[in-house]
Amino acid sequence: MTFGSGAMTNSINEIPDSKVLLIIGSNPTEAHPIIGTKMKQAVARGAKVVAVDPRRTEMADVADVWLRLRPGTDIALINGIMNIILANGWEDKKFIAERTEGFDQLREQVAKFPPEVVSKITGVPVDQLIEAARIYATAESAQIFYTLGITEHIYGTDNVMILADLSMLTGNVGKVNSGVNPLRGQNNVQGACDMGALPDVLPGYQKVTSPTVRAKFEAAWDVPIKSEPGLMLPDMLEAALSHEVRAMYVMGEDPVLTDADVNHVREALETLDFLVVQNIFLSETAKLADVVLPAGSFAEKDGTFTNTERRVQRVNKAIEPIGHARADWKIICDLATRMGYPFAYASPADVMQEIASLTPQYAGITFERLGRKGLQWPVPDAEHPGTKFLHEGKFARGKGLFMAIEYQVPDEPPDEEYPLLLSTGRRLSHYNISTRYSEALDSYAPEELAELNPEDAERLGIKDGERVKVASRRGALETKIRVTDRVLPGMLWMSFHYKESPANVLTNAASDKVTKTYEYKVCGVKVSKLI
Amino acid sequence: MEWITLSIDGRTVTVPKGTTVLEACRMNNIPIPTLCHDPELSNYGSCRMCIVEIEGMRNLPPSCVTQATQGMVVRTQTSKVRNARTTILELLVANHPLDCMTCQKMGDCALAEYAYEYRVTGEVFKGQRRELPLDDSNPFILRDPNKCILCGKCVRACEEIQGRSVLDFSFRGFNAQVGPAFNLPYSESECVFCGSCVSVCPVGALTEKKMVGQGRPWEVEKVQTTCPFCGTGCNFDLNVKDGKVIGVTSNPEAPVNGKALCVKGRFGMDLIHNSERLTTPLIKKDGEFVEATWDEAMDLVAQKLGEVKQEHGADAIAVLSSARCTNEENFLMQKLARAVIGTNNIDHCART
Amino acid sequence: MKTLLDPCCDRCTHTPETPCRDYVRCLTEGPICHDDPACKAEKQRLLKEIKPNEENQQIFVCTGTGCASCGAHNIVDSLNEEINHQGLANTVNVVPTGCHGFCEQGPTLIIEPRQILYTLVKPDDVAEIVQKEFVEGERVERLLYVDPLTNQPATTFANANFFAKQTRVVLNNCGFINPEKIEDYIARDGYKGLTNALQKMTPVEVIDEVKKSGLRGRGGAGFPTGLKWSFCRQAIGDKKYIICNADEGDPGAFMDRGVLEGDPHAVIEGMLIGAYAIGADEGYVYCRAEYPLAIKHLEIAIRQAEEVGLLGDNILNSGFNFHLFIRAGAGAFVCGEETALIASIEGKRGMPKVRPPFPAQSGLWGKPTNNNNVETWANVPHILRNGADRYAQFGTEKSKGTKIFALTGKVNNTGLAEVPMGMTLRDIIFDIGGGIQNGKKFKAVQIGGPSGGCLPDEMLDLQVDYDTLTKAGAMVGSGGLVVMDETTCMVDIARFFLNFSQSESCGKCTPCREGTKRMWEILDKITKGEGREEDLDTLEQLARVVKETSLCGLGQNAPNPVLSALKYFRHEFEAHIRDKNCPAHVCSALLTYRIDPDKCKKCGLCAKSCPAGCITGDKKTPYEIDATACIKCGTCAKVCKFGAVLRE
Repeated sequence: MTFGSGAMTNSINEIPDSKVLLIIGSNPTEAHPIIGTKMKQAVARGAKVVAVDPRRTEMADVADVWLRLRPGTDIALINGIMNIILANGWEDKKFIAERTEGFDQLREQVAKFPPEVVSKITGVPVDQLIEAARIYATAESAQIFYTLGITEHIYGTDNVMILADLSMLTGNVGKVNSGVNPLRGQNNVQGACDMGALPDVLPGYQKVTSPTVRAKFEAAWDVPIKSEPGLMLPDMLEAALSHEVRAMYVMGEDPVLTDADVNHVREALETLDFLVVQNIFLSETAKLADVVLPAGSFAEKDGTFTNTERRVQRVNKAIEPIGHARADWKIICDLATRMGYPFAYASPADVMQEIASLTPQYAGITFERLGRKGLQWPVPDAEHPGTKFLHEGKFARGKGLFMAIEYQVPDEPPDEEYPLLLSTGRRLSHYNISTRYSEALDSYAPEELAELNPEDAERLGIKDGERVKVASRRGALETKIRVTDRVLPGMLWMSFHYKESPANVLTNAASDKVTKTYEYKVCGVKVSKLI
Repeated sequence: MEWITLSIDGRTVTVPKGTTVLEACRMNNIPIPTLCHDPELSNYGSCRMCIVEIEGMRNLPPSCVTQATQGMVVRTQTSKVRNARTTILELLVANHPLDCMTCQKMGDCALAEYAYEYRVTGEVFKGQRRELPLDDSNPFILRDPNKCILCGKCVRACEEIQGRSVLDFSFRGFNAQVGPAFNLPYSESECVFCGSCVSVCPVGALTEKKMVGQGRPWEVEKVQTTCPFCGTGCNFDLNVKDGKVIGVTSNPEAPVNGKALCVKGRFGMDLIHNSERLTTPLIKKDGEFVEATWDEAMDLVAQKLGEVKQEHGADAIAVLSSARCTNEENFLMQKLARAVIGTNNIDHCART
Repeated sequence: MKTLLDPCCDRCTHTPETPCRDYVRCLTEGPICHDDPACKAEKQRLLKEIKPNEENQQIFVCTGTGCASCGAHNIVDSLNEEINHQGLANTVNVVPTGCHGFCEQGPTLIIEPRQILYTLVKPDDVAEIVQKEFVEGERVERLLYVDPLTNQPATTFANANFFAKQTRVVLNNCGFINPEKIEDYIARDGYKGLTNALQKMTPVEVIDEVKKSGLRGRGGAGFPTGLKWSFCRQAIGDKKYIICNADEGDPGAFMDRGVLEGDPHAVIEGMLIGAYAIGADEGYVYCRAEYPLAIKHLEIAIRQAEEVGLLGDNILNSGFNFHLFIRAGAGAFVCGEETALIASIEGKRGMPKVRPPFPAQSGLWGKPTNNNNVETWANVPHILRNGADRYAQFGTEKSKGTKIFALTGKVNNTGLAEVPMGMTLRDIIFDIGGGIQNGKKFKAVQIGGPSGGCLPDEMLDLQVDYDTLTKAGAMVGSGGLVVMDETTCMVDIARFFLNFSQSESCGKCTPCREGTKRMWEILDKITKGEGREEDLDTLEQLARVVKETSLCGLGQNAPNPVLSALKYFRHEFEAHIRDKNCPAHVCSALLTYRIDPDKCKKCGLCAKSCPAGCITGDKKTPYEIDATACIKCGTCAKVCKFGAVLRE
């Protein structure tokens, strides 16, 4: 947004040569293990690490400075760091003058966050704030990495923008080993966005509201395209409850397990007149469906995924679909055809041809060119070698725009009734919900182990390994407890891998005003012993 | 770049300065046997298989750690060199189980390959052999320390690729072993089961447990593909035999990850053949799912969606695409919503 | 009570924080900054207290590890008690010292200035010694050392062949100072080499001086020390380290222990000079934990040097900083190899690394590092104190200076001896070592420990220097000399050293890890009489491969004992294989016990003691051993009072 495009600015294989890594709201050694190992390789080569996380992650352990902030206080923290940078004259004046706008507003906003105030809000000592600012701002190059610890807040968009501010303030963007890098959670979340599986944009982030864009697609597809953006997922669910949406077609996802406040989700889906679910397993969502379509796994089809560094890579069919299952693309084509608009693609390679013709970033991509190494978009034409890092010399939107960001509090902070702060995330041995179907992985990590600080455990009389009840305003579950100082006092941390302890019955469905991302990272819960 | 010229087996070759003798040989297709060398790992120089003769140097220097220099005269196949290699192989085989016919590594074992080439039988030095217990403590990796040739690749992979240093040498002399600290089984160590150690093991000391007995290297077709889990985009080879994925092996060509993988990517692919996989369309009748044909199911879906569109308008239909599916499928799904159904109600769980 | 280290008056301002460049010279020749006869007299008086003279006689009691284990500390206590008792405390001083080197005769004590040497002293002897020496002015004749070759008592220690034939440069202080007192070292010109270097020379000039001296590494390889220093000096690095290798591991070698225990400041001074020359500001002494006394003395010495400002920052106001630390090794022989040693200091498993890069480029924590062993460092102060020329007067053309040897085995005078390079083995073993025990015949000498070779008597006139010994298939090594007599089996000895190398192999490279094991197995087979003719070829061939392909010195030299034994004593191997006979009667599997009926007195003790019950006889019939049931335990031979049981 600030730069004019949303993707990892740099490449994964730049990481081992990094000079400074600022890792915020991200636990790469568990959630993105290979990126985590590259970061550790960087550390072995002498890179400095600033880790920002309330939870003691592996990167926090190896960090030069670990800022253990209170959950949800990221904006105050970054404002404070920028305050320190300006106070010490560590900003990149040339970069600010030549490549950005809006600096004065930023300076004004940041002035409201002197280190002492920030320390009080975040719980991070002043000297650590100064050290972190010094390491990041005075480095020859520095990269920021963030994940869902930043985005899964009601002010997630603001969190992201303020990180962009920080990078521009110090000129740490648009060159090798310098940038702002979201580590995308799912294998093809980048591609799904690139492909326009979003209510407001067509493939390549081309807005449906734009007449020229629509005209291009209407010409290609020979049908009119609606100019109004559609519904985002949380709104779809609300619309289902109010009968404005009557039917849903769900491919691949399992919102009944993965969305916040799942009891609410379940109610919405049950209200529908007709629900089709296409999946490789009978997911919790599929159980609610009127028709279930068996899909092929990734091993059973050809296609491409786009990873977090914008690398489009081949997925190659290794085996025939199991039983009567069919590849998703074949099912969609069949349905379109039966609905009177024949999708006559012989193969995914054909589909890519159409994608390339309509999506500027993918214009130069063919299956052949992708080969064994893939290509990083933008690939504007058939000769273009792909793009290692973005914003070199110029941002997508021209000049980088500083955004003054105000500090905000989470939607549902802990209170007297629900005194513990629940935060959720991923564990190394599992990926979302699908890896539970791996016998090997599941036998290795068969159950949830919710993390609780020893102080709280003692107060509540809970022992390591004990099963407890966890409740929020929205629901309750049972889980085993692991007593550890990896989490702060007053905090409970859970993964969302286990349907036996489905953390999302607890989470809050309040969402970011722009992206509608749920606030998975903060809600109030209480823990009680099982009777 | 500065270039130097040297002679290898009478051939004059030119290589960049800073090249090792081994690299110089490999660049020029001169075969040199190695057990402990791996271009992704630091040079270790321990197996001593790559020894050569170099004029002016005493002893037989290992080519993997000897820098090529201007005018150097190298001989890689003299009888002195070959005899020394044969002796080293005899020593390794003398302390290695000869159960090759049931070994998972058969057909892909560097020791067996060189033993064959150098006609080594293990008959020369008959003496004590190790009798160490197997480490069968975890679902992923099977460790047979008796097959270990102590090349140290796993130790370096764990330290240099994975940054964990779970593995190291212990004990001395003939009793030297590789394993986790205090000789703990893998399951009780700090191991995170990335399997990098397995991917570099040249013999059958470390194997993918789930692949044992599932297929021989020459029976297996390897299909490079992209991991379906997190957003890193690692590539690996699916190992396919008789239409079944029997496991995953690293593909050194993988652009993002090289040989490295995590526990999920390397060991989680048995989910493909999980018995709970959906194998036929299901239609719910009276609250129960009933198996259906594709025609029945697809006709029903097309009909129902058509009805809703007819009665309530296209915007009464919402489509949820998937960050787990391919680009092509997401493209088709949004095209289905926009061009076929006629709504912009298309989204996916982008945010988890 | 005032000591030499105390300032003479208020005008002296030297402290570690405000160092004075003339500090060391001031203590022995001072004061220098002011001319006050009273101060000068006071300094000379304190100096005199340290150095022995007629009014201040000193008894130097060896309390090195060897003598201490024979009760030397009791002797020190008894001496102090007796001297007090006799009211001699003002004129006689008891000084516990490091090793005198004459370990076979320990506990030893030397009375100065009269140079009287008493050997094999027991606490019961103390009263008599004090009475005779300090009251009556006579000798205790029975405690004087009698040379086994001449049968004459030595009137002074310098008269004893053991000492007379030595040239003690490095060991000059050992046994004549209290190693726990820095003032003793300074009184004997300690730290003057450092003072010369810091005051008069640039680092490059120091290196040139060491080069000129011809000093070569005393750890075994004999690399020229000055050249080595210059590599590290020229290496690019913001930080450099120096290391003292005190991981002395060869069986039968204890030269470095003797130096560290007896004269730790010499090592510190040597390292200070080296650090200044190289440009290092931090050093480590890597000492095996089996040397607790050496570590203790070194710790004390470092602390004292720090207290007087000879270690730390801005040493002697020269701007030169040096900090020294001790790391105790955990007992791995391979940690004597410098890359393994460096890994061990870094906290890793001690395993050698391939070179290049050499430590001079990338050593400790990746920084340029220079490593020398204890004896090498201890040579350095002498070079800088007296000049390279004086140092180079000892030794041969290519091997300059002296070398300390540890004499062990079947030699009469077990102990430490320092000789000029180039002395023959015969002189060392027979003149200094006093020949072979019990009048037996010399058979071989193992020089250079498990990495060295066994040399037979025809090699005894070899000059001991780096190049000559290497040519003979042995090496100077660190300086262990294990002497063997006719009762030593060379196959058994080769097996012993192989066992050592095998159990100390780090396991990294194949030939050393697996090869030494198989070599040992072949030797073991031969000693058991199971050897076959072709085994010797296999053994020799394997030994050559191990030698030529191993990664570090341990493996490359492990076959030396076997190869040299095969070269000089092949007939013994062949006797084991062909005749199933061990000529030295050592290998039990090849022995037969027989009772000589002529010598048998028919007492029956052998039969009673025989655990196998295989000896029969009676008062009338000489006893006989049933060879088929004999388990060759040797009990009968031990109990027989008439030597009637023969080992054949």
